[in-house]
Amino acid sequence: MKKFIRTGNPYIWLTAGTLTICLLMICGLVVLIMVNGFGIFWPREVARITLYDGTVALGEIAKRESIPHQKDSFRTKLKVGNRDVSGLDFTWFDDTDIVSREYPVDVLVFERREWGNMYGFLKGLRQDDDVKPLSLEGLMPLLKESQNLYKKIRYIEKKEIGDISYRMEKSRLALKRLMLLEPSEKVQKKVSAVRTSMDNQEKTYREKEDTLTALYTKAREREVVVLLADGREKIMPVFQIIRVFAPNKMGFFAKMGFYIAKFWEFIWGEPREANTEGGVFPAIFGTVMMVLIMSIAVVPLGVLTAVYLKEYASDSFIARLVRISVSNLAGVPSIVFGVFGLGFFIYFIGGGIDKLFFPGALPTPTFGTGGILWASLTLALMTVPVVVVATEEGLSAVPISIREGSYALGATKIETLWKVVLPQATPGILTGTILAMARAAGEVAPLMITGVVKLAPSLPIDSHFPFIHLERKFMHLGFHIYDVGFQSPNVEAAIPMVYSTTLVLLFTVLVLNLTAIVVRNKLKKWYNTGSM
Amino acid sequence: MEYEKIKVPEPIVAINDLNLYYGKTKALKGISLDISKKKITSFIGPSGCGKSTLIRCLNRMNDIIDNVTIEGSIEIDGQDIYAPAVDVTELRKKVGMVFQKPNPFPKTIYENVVYGPRVQGINKKNTLDDLCENALKKAALWDEVKDRLRVNALNLSGGQQQRICIARAIATEPEIILLDEPCSALDPIATAKIEDMLVELKKDYTVIIVTHNMQQAGRISDHTGFFMMGELIEYNITTEIFTNPHEKQTEDYITGRFG
Repeated sequence: MKKFIRTGNPYIWLTAGTLTICLLMICGLVVLIMVNGFGIFWPREVARITLYDGTVALGEIAKRESIPHQKDSFRTKLKVGNRDVSGLDFTWFDDTDIVSREYPVDVLVFERREWGNMYGFLKGLRQDDDVKPLSLEGLMPLLKESQNLYKKIRYIEKKEIGDISYRMEKSRLALKRLMLLEPSEKVQKKVSAVRTSMDNQEKTYREKEDTLTALYTKAREREVVVLLADGREKIMPVFQIIRVFAPNKMGFFAKMGFYIAKFWEFIWGEPREANTEGGVFPAIFGTVMMVLIMSIAVVPLGVLTAVYLKEYASDSFIARLVRISVSNLAGVPSIVFGVFGLGFFIYFIGGGIDKLFFPGALPTPTFGTGGILWASLTLALMTVPVVVVATEEGLSAVPISIREGSYALGATKIETLWKVVLPQATPGILTGTILAMARAAGEVAPLMITGVVKLAPSLPIDSHFPFIHLERKFMHLGFHIYDVGFQSPNVEAAIPMVYSTTLVLLFTVLVLNLTAIVVRNKLKKWYNTGSM
Repeated sequence: MEYEKIKVPEPIVAINDLNLYYGKTKALKGISLDISKKKITSFIGPSGCGKSTLIRCLNRMNDIIDNVTIEGSIEIDGQDIYAPAVDVTELRKKVGMVFQKPNPFPKTIYENVVYGPRVQGINKKNTLDDLCENALKKAALWDEVKDRLRVNALNLSGGQQQRICIARAIATEPEIILLDEPCSALDPIATAKIEDMLVELKKDYTVIIVTHNMQQAGRISDHTGFFMMGELIEYNITTEIFTNPHEKQTEDYITGRFG
C-alpha cells in the first residue's frame, strides 16, 4: 500500500479526477443552457385537457412531475396563456383529475403584441354584429396587411416623430441658451427665428400625430372572434396579432421554418412586453459597443502604465507598492467600481461637462447621468490591472538581445520601445485585452448604477448627428438576464428568455474573444517564426 | 600591471588605463591599447576574461546595465567617448555592433536593414532602397535575399540572420564595427562566408572582433590581443602572437595547454 502511494499514482488519479469534475460541470452548464436556450423557439403542440368537473383547458404542456409524498401520482403544468382572460399564464392539474388529453388539429396559437399568447379556435371575422366565418388561410392576407400597417406606424413613430422631437429639443435648448445671453437686437432676431422654426415643427408634429391616430383607428377596425377552451368568445383586433400558427397541424419542415423565423426575430428584433417576448438586439448591440469602448479606453491606459512600471520605474519600494496595489485592484468588488464611476465619472466629470457645454439643458443632465461612455470607462478602470499585468509580462518576454540590437543601431530608449519592444509585446497586450473583455462583457453590477436600463428608447448609434451618442443609456445582455429573470412581471413565462439570452451572452463573449485570440495567435506566429 | 603600449599604425581607438567594475567586482584591470584604422583587430582569451566587456565599452553598451563603473578613458578619433557631452546615440551610429546570437527584429528583411537609417530620420524611399541594397551587398547577402526583401527576417537561416545583423550595422554607415563572437552560433560554412565578408569590409571599416576561435583570429585579423582574468596579457601583430608569443600564458593558451 505504502509503495502504491509512493508511485504517485493516487495523486495522478486525484488531479485527473478533479479536472474531470470541473469539465463535467462546465459541460453540464453549457449543455443545459444550450438545450433550454435553443429549445424555446420550437413550436410545441397544444393539448386540450378535460377534467372530471367539466373544466376544459387549452395550452402547451410545460412540465410534468411527481407529487411529493404521494406514490405514483403526477401533476401537469399547462401554459394556458390568455392572460387577459384568466390572469395567469400557467395552471397545475393533478393527473388524477384529468379525464382526457387530446391534440385538436384546428387549435391556433396567436402571438399577440400584448398579454402573451392566446390559445383557441378561430371562429370568424366580426362584421358589425355578425360573425363571418374565416379560415386560417383567409386570415393570412389580413394579417399581412395589418403587419404592413404596423411597420408604417412604427416608422412614423420612431423615425419621423423621433426626428421631429429631436429637432424640437434642439430648438428648445437653443432658445434656452439665447435666453441666457444679454438681450440685444441680434439675440431678439435669433429668438424669433427659433420660435418660428419651433412653430413649424410643432405643426408638422401635430400633422404626424393626426396621421397616426387615423392609422391606429384603421388598424383597430378589423377584428376576429376567437373561441376559447371554456366556450367563451373573445374579440380581438387583427392588429394585435403578430403571428398565428396551428402547431398541431405543422410538419417537421413547417416547424423548422417557424423555428428559424422565431430565432431570427430573437436576434434581430426589439423586446416586447417588458422584455419577456421579442428579441434582444438592442442588448446585444449595447454589450458589444460597451465592450469595444471599454477596450479602446483600457488598452492605452493599461499599456502606458505597464510601460512606465516595467521600463522606467526603478525597482524601488514605491514601484513595488504600486505594482502590488495595481494587482490588488483586480480583487476589488465590481460594485465598488460602479460607485466610484457614479461619483467620479457621472457626477464629477459628467456634471462638469454639463455645466461647461450644456448649460441650456440643465437641470436635465446630458452627460451628468448614466450612459454608455461612463459605464465603459468604469469597466475600463476595473479591468486595467489585467491589462497592466499582461503587458508587463509581454514586455518581460521581449529578449534583451532585441533591445540591445536596437540600441546598438543608435536608437534611443523610447524609439526602441515604440519600434521594437511594444510591437513584439502585442501578443501579451492582446492577451490582457482578451481577459479584460471577457470580464467586462459579463459584468453587471457596476453597470446598474452607471447607465444600463431595462429598455433603452434608442440605440447609442443612429442617424442623428453626431451619430454616436455616448451619453445615452443602453441595454446589456447581462442586465437583461437579471431583469427578465427576476424583475419582470411574469417571471415564469420569461424563464425560456433567460436561457436564450444567457446563450446569446455566452456566444457574444465567445465571438469577441475568438476574434482577439485569432489576431493574437497570428501576431505571435509572426514574432516567433516569421510567418503569418 | 605595467607594460608598454604597443605602437600600431594609424590608431583610431585609444584605450588608456581602463578599469571596469560590475558592482564591486573588477572585470577589467588597467587595459591600455590602441586599435588601427581599417584593420581587423581580434580579442581572444578564455571565457570570462573580459574581452566582451571591453568591446561593449567601445559603444557604451554597458550603460544599459546597472551598477557598472568605469575608470580611465577611451578615445575614438581623439574624442573621449565617456565625456559628459557625448551623445550616446551618435556614438553608436559611429560604432556599430553585432552580437553573439543573431538578433534580427521580427520585421521584414528590408525593415531590419533600414532600421538604423530610419531612426536617424531618413524616410525617403529611394535613399532607403539604396542604403538597403548597398548594405546587403557589403554583407554578401544581396544575391540571396534580393527577391525576398519583404519576408520576415526570422525566416532566414542562422548564418543569413547574422549577416542581416551585419548589414543592419553597415546601413547606419559606421566607422567601426564591433563583433562579439559573431560566429559562435553558426556552422563552419556560414562562418567561412562571414569571415570572407569581414576581410572585404576591412577596406572601408575598422573591424574589432571578439572570438573564441583562435584559428579564426589567425585567419582574418591583423592585430590580436590576448586577455585573461580581465587583464590584457599580450597585444601584437597577429602572426607574431601566434608564432612567437612573448608571454608564457599566451603560449599556453595558443598551444591549447589550457583554456
